[in-house]
Amino acid sequence: MPTPPASSDTLLVIVPAFNEEAAVGDVVRAIHAAVPGTPVLVIDDCSTDATQGVARQAGAQVLPLPHHLGLGGCVQAGYKLAFELGYAYVIRVDGDGQHDASDIPRVFEALRESGCEMVIGSRFMDGNGAHTGAVRGLGIRFFRMVLRPILGKAVYDPTSGFVGVNRNALQVFSKSFPLEYPEIEALVVLQRKRFRFLEIPCKMRPRTTGRSSITAVRSIYYIVHVLLGVFVNVLKFDQRARHPANPGKS
Amino acid sequence: MDRLLNVLTLVSGLLLLLVLASVRRAHIRVEYSVSWLLAAATLLIVSRSRGMLEAAAHKLGLSDPPLALLLVVGCLFLLMFYRFSVIISKLRDDNIALAQRLAILEFHLQALRDGHPHV
Repeated sequence: MPTPPASSDTLLVIVPAFNEEAAVGDVVRAIHAAVPGTPVLVIDDCSTDATQGVARQAGAQVLPLPHHLGLGGCVQAGYKLAFELGYAYVIRVDGDGQHDASDIPRVFEALRESGCEMVIGSRFMDGNGAHTGAVRGLGIRFFRMVLRPILGKAVYDPTSGFVGVNRNALQVFSKSFPLEYPEIEALVVLQRKRFRFLEIPCKMRPRTTGRSSITAVRSIYYIVHVLLGVFVNVLKFDQRARHPANPGKS
Repeated sequence: MDRLLNVLTLVSGLLLLLVLASVRRAHIRVEYSVSWLLAAATLLIVSRSRGMLEAAAHKLGLSDPPLALLLVVGCLFLLMFYRFSVIISKLRDDNIALAQRLAILEFHLQALRDGHPHV
């Protein structure tokens, strides 16, 4: 088994990818340029194209999943491996090239200096959300309203996939992580654990290859699914508050 | 009403035979056949107990005993769908955990083969 990193400051960048052969190579190279020497792990969600080969050629390690698990299962596999290997921080960057890797050092710095369990790269904090479609934009505004009372503070970009977590969050997510559309539910899971999160402004580029998995029709399913997930997590939260004898149970 | 009950007897008998044959051929695991066998046996008993069905319809305020029959069948299959949803959800969770574990173990194995730790 590989030796766990010795330093308490170790960072792993994970890139969940599914059929992203056209973009993943540039994503990996951009990460290497932004944070030289930091290992990059591409988690291939059983792509049918050359994603694995392109990622390896670009200098990434690849964790190939035996069958398609969906975004949550894919990201959680990366969290599990990072936790086992002893990493202190993990930053997730999507494999479609929409996140600007030059923002990674700022996310890492915010993670280390704030002590927050999660740092979200937000595309709306500096008015840079112009690349978001109308339906998705509406959905984001809706979930901002839903999450505000649950989280006790505003979250500008609850669906952002550009997320950094520390080892505490890694431990929780490696055991329990939403499997479909995980971003919003993950915030509520963190809140249940009384963890803190921070948003920092980040750049977002328009998608140049492939298509988003959330189409206009799927948005309805997305909203219902995520609302239900949030509701279930809130119920678990209340249960925990009523029975403080089992604080660690998720 | 009698014809309906006879058809139900026939259907539940066939269901019993089908499930038993499937278990014998290992198409259904024994633990998952129990729900089907219980459902088929319940339908068989209900279909042969006209008096019970009429009493149930009367208690429930239903004008027509076949409505009580429909209610019994509907509730039975709703319970079964619920049970199978629970089973499928658990299997999916187990499946995802196994797939992740397999991927991670293969990753470690490859690192050992290559003679140097990855990531």
